[in-house]
Formats: sequence, C-alpha cells, structure tokens
Amino acid sequence: MTRGTRMLPLLVAAAVACDEGASGEREPNTMAVAVAYAPPATYRAGHFGLGRAPSRAQLAAWDSDIGPEGLELPAGRGTARDGAAIYATQCAACHGVEGQGLHPVYPALIGRDPRGEDFAFSADATVPRTIGNYWSHATTLYDYIRRAMPLYTPGSLSADETYAVTAFLLAANRVIPDTTVLDAAALRAVQMPARDRFVPDDRSPTRH
Amino acid sequence: MTRKLSRREAIVGAATALGAVAVAKATAQEGAAASAPQATVTVPTDPTKLQGLPTSALGARSPFVKPSRGPTGETVGSSLTPLQDLTGPITPSDLHFERHHAGIPVIDPAKHQLMIHGLVDRPLVLSVDELKRFPQVTRTYFIECSGNGRHAFRSPQPDLTAQRVAGMLSTSEWTGVPLATLFREAGAKPEASWFLAEGGDACLMTRSVPMPKAWDDALVVWAQNGEPLRPAQGYPLRLLLPGWEGNINVKWLRRLELGTRPWMTRWETAKYTDPMPDRTARRFSFENDAKSVITSPSYPAQLRARGWHPVQGLAWSGRGRITRVEVSTDNGRSWADAELMGPALPKAAVRFQHMLEWKGGEHVLLSRATDESGFTQPTRSALIAARGLGTDYHFNQIVGWKVARDGRVTFHGET
Ligand code: HEC
Repeated sequence: MTRGTRMLPLLVAAAVACDEGASGEREPNTMAVAVAYAPPATYRAGHFGLGRAPSRAQLAAWDSDIGPEGLELPAGRGTARDGAAIYATQCAACHGVEGQGLHPVYPALIGRDPRGEDFAFSADATVPRTIGNYWSHATTLYDYIRRAMPLYTPGSLSADETYAVTAFLLAANRVIPDTTVLDAAALRAVQMPARDRFVPDDRSPTRH
Repeated sequence: MTRKLSRREAIVGAATALGAVAVAKATAQEGAAASAPQATVTVPTDPTKLQGLPTSALGARSPFVKPSRGPTGETVGSSLTPLQDLTGPITPSDLHFERHHAGIPVIDPAKHQLMIHGLVDRPLVLSVDELKRFPQVTRTYFIECSGNGRHAFRSPQPDLTAQRVAGMLSTSEWTGVPLATLFREAGAKPEASWFLAEGGDACLMTRSVPMPKAWDDALVVWAQNGEPLRPAQGYPLRLLLPGWEGNINVKWLRRLELGTRPWMTRWETAKYTDPMPDRTARRFSFENDAKSVITSPSYPAQLRARGWHPVQGLAWSGRGRITRVEVSTDNGRSWADAELMGPALPKAAVRFQHMLEWKGGEHVLLSRATDESGFTQPTRSALIAARGLGTDYHFNQIVGWKVARDGRVTFHGET
C-alpha cells in the first residue's frame, strides 16, 4: 500500500537513530549491551542447513492471508441476502440481531452513528467504531472472518458463505448496495468510507 | 534422624508438639478465583525447634504470599500483573500479564512448526528442535499491551490499584534466536520490506512488521526466565519485537511471510490504531513510549508509621534505555531524581526508588520517566490535548498516588 511504503524510510531512520543513541553517552548506572544482532557475514542462505522446504500442501493450507489488493481472494460469490441468513444463525447470538454488539466483549459490526461520520473518535470514546465508519479495507473483513469467525468454529464457512456474510455486513453498513453480488473482483473494488483516515505514526520527543 | 518425616507428619508434629497457628486465608485479592482450594498450612510457634518440610518436585510460594492476576476466566480478554506485589524488574512467569484474542491454545511442541516463506530464496519449515540449533541469545525485555492504562486515562478514579493502572506490563528474560539469523538462513530477498507474522491460535493472529525491525533486535523466543515459555506467553514459540506494543509480539508463532507492503490485518487497522483530534488515526504506531508508575505505596495501602518510606516503581521505554526517573511528592511542584535500582537495560523495565520522610502530611506522589531518545512522560492533560480522551492506545501519561493525613493512599490520575 502506498501509505505503508511511504512510511518505511521513517522506520529505517528510527532504527538508525536508536543505534546512534546506543553508542552515545551513558548514564553512570547503565550497562553497555548490544541491541542489534547483525548476523556475521558468514551466515548466508542455507548456512546452517536446518529445516526443509514447505510442501505445496502445507503452503496451500497455511498461506491463507489476503492482502489489501485482494489478489489472493478465492473463487466464489455471495449476496447480502444469503449473508443475512448466515448472520442470523451464525453471528447474531454474539454480535446482536442488529449488529449492535454486546459491550465490551462482542464488538458492534453494524452502525453508522452520525457522530462517527466525520471520524471524531478521538473526542468521544463512546462512539462505536464499526466496519462502516472505521475499517479501512474491505479485504480485511473477508480475511478476518475467514481466519477467526464464528468465534467457536473458525474456518468453518465456505468461500461462498464468507462472501455472502461479508456482503451482508458491507451492505448493512451502507458501504455497498444490498443488490451487489460479491466476488473477488467486486470485493477488490469496494472503497471503504474510512480508507483515507489513517496516517503514519508521527510521534517524536516533542510530539505526543 | 533415621526416618524421613512425610510432609503430613511434619505438620501434625509441629501442630501438636509446639502449638501452632493456621495461616488465615489471604485477604481477597483482585481477581483471585473464589473457588481455588487453599491448602491449610500450620505454622509452629518456634520454627527453630522443629524439622522443616521436605524437598519437593516443584517449588511453591510461601503460604503467606498470594499474588494473583486478574480478572481470570477470559478467553477474549486479559489478566493483569499484580505490580504492587512484586520487587525488582523481572515478572515471575506465572504472573506475566495475559491478553488473548481466542484463548490459550494447547500445542504439542513435537508437532509445532515455523514456516518462513514469501520473498525468500529458500522457503523453510523448521521444527522447534531445529530452531534451537541456531545460535541463541538471552535478553531482558518488557512486553506491554498498548491498551495498558486505558482505564486510568479515561476515568481515573481514586480506587484504582497499580494492577489496574499499569498491570499489562511485564518483564522477562527471553531466550531465542535473532530473527535476522533466520531471515539470513532463508535468504530474504532485498526487495522484502515487510513481513507478516501469524500465530497458531484460534484467530490465527496476524500482524505486519517492517523489515528493519527484523535486522535490528527482533527475536523468535522459546524460553522465558530460564524455562520454556508459559502457554499464555506463546509456548512453544513467540515473536519478540522489543519495545513494541504487546499485540505484535505474536504468540504461538507458526508463520512468517516476507512481502513488500503491510497486509492491513484487522489488528493493525480496526484495532491498535490511535484516533487523533484532526479526525485521522495513527497506524503502525509500534513503540511504547517512556512510562513509569509508582507501585509502592499504592491503593489500597495505608502508611501507618511516620518516618522513612521507600517510594518505588517501574520505568520503561520502547525506544531504549530509561535515562532518568523523577519523583515528586508535592503534586509536581518540585521534582527529585530517583535512584535507578540496577542497570537500565534497553527496552526493559528498571525499578526506581525515592525515600520519603512522611511526617503525617498530605502528599501527591508522581513519577516521570525520560528515555535515551529524549521522550519524557507527558501529563494526562498534555496527552489529552495531543490525542483526545477518546484515543485508544499508548497511554503513557504521568500518574501517581495521593497520601492523605491518615496515611490512606488513593490513585491520583488527573495530572
Ligand atoms: C460466540 C460468539 C461469536 C460468534 C458466534 C461470532 N462472533 Fe464475531 N466476534 C466475537 C468476539 C468475541 C469478537 C472480538 C474478538 C477480538 O476482540 O479479538 C468478534 C469479532 C468479530 C469481528 C471484528 C469486529 C471489529 O470491529 O474488530 C467481525 C468482523 C466478526 N466478529 C464477524 C463475525 C461473523 C461474520 C460471525 C458469523 C459468521 C461472527 N462474528 C460470529 C464473537 C463471536
């Protein structure tokens, strides 16, 4: 992602600055301890010869993440209508029939509280942060449901069911029309309302 | 003595021969499981006149010492370290705070594997035994949940304990292999700029990490304070990113994928981002800033004796060493340098001490830490001005305790 890539030099600079600090002046009661662990130049790929290449099967089973471009999204499709039925039977018990959640353990999934529309979360901790007003990427929703939900049976939804319940949550949060047939291409095209709200960390000794 | 006494005989003997007092059940501690059975131990009136208890396979705390984490019983939630009951910088492993998003998985170390793939020349799968054949390092680092202190920040009531105020901070001595060594072994490609770390729990926790951290001080650890990791701390493997917010120190680590941009996982977008007053939110705010908390005296203690009392606490920073801790006994009107009790190691907690001569007056005790990068702890009002009361993580405001004339100690959070 562009933002992420842009912030990288900052991080490198921070790491370097930290090293400089480590070699600088010390308070009398501190002890010199190496912080960085630069491996010796002799450590090259395969130097220790430990481990083995993953099998295709293990890679396929484990490499399930979906990045922000959605390139890894599986085949399949679903609609908000199908998703509503799945939500009612498999999600509503914890997240509420209206998606309002049950504070503090079960997060709200649906809600466009007018106070949250302009992202005024720093002023008021009571405004619920939801998919509709806080999430930056629709791909995250698919990825998260697939890896972690439903809470007691994670990984149990098929690709079609995951598309359907994702479509339902996006439509209920007024991000997509409820007529959308959600598949990989449609999900990649979704623009989240909060997508431009996130900025790199700019803390410094004079900026909290 | 020709015959060994069993533990039972020893206790009975002590009780009958010398007269004894049973140890009363400890006063209710925050989060103590009400149902936990308490072994009855009998205390002889004169322990110098009676053989003591025999050796045992596992040590136990003195029956007089009953620290406890709390709250207990959470699978999506946390339990906090009882900071007020501890000494020194190290947290006993069984009191390390917990924060889980899908409970603690039970993992057979013989079956556990770590996969390293993506932008590498040699994708690898390593068993735990194989990992332990790489050159190892042992280092002391704190881990702090970035939500630590949220309650004290948002609603600083007088009846908060040190445990509630800052108990999502723990420090351990960790042993493992530098991530840099593993990434060298796998042949990380130069274009790799981020990696994804994934845990083997029931939410397959995932976080994206910029590569410079791997080349700096990141570790894959399997041991904590001289023994294998506790299950709640990631047994058998945990990613350790010194100084960075707790959540990114992925427990039950099973996969590392190298790529060119962050993955935008739920835990780095919907969670663990910091809303700001200009209607943005900071993302990838990894470091925990300089912070300190006085742990003694703290609520609900009461100073009874006039005279000297050590004011002690912990200070730490995710940006390096703590260089200075100041203590105020007059609500910030004046500050004195506290003594750092032992070496201030980078990204590890250090204990500090300031001697207070209490003459029965009122005090507000505050502590303020500064680290080697130049960060000094802000007041709560400065933090609110910078980020707003609704901001959600990285609370490092100055906090303290009010000592009343009767010696009662209550939390003072409005700094
Ligand atoms: C047994 C209770 C339970 C059920 C059933 C359940 N969830 Fe959840 N869900 C949770 C909990 C608890 C969390 C918070 C997890 C955490 O904080 O790490 C959560 C979090 C989420 C989140 C992230 C919300 C946020 O703002 O971070 C989404 C999205 C979600 N669930 C979707 C679903 C969907 C879709 C279903 C049905 C297919 C479902 N859940 C079923 C308990 C449940």
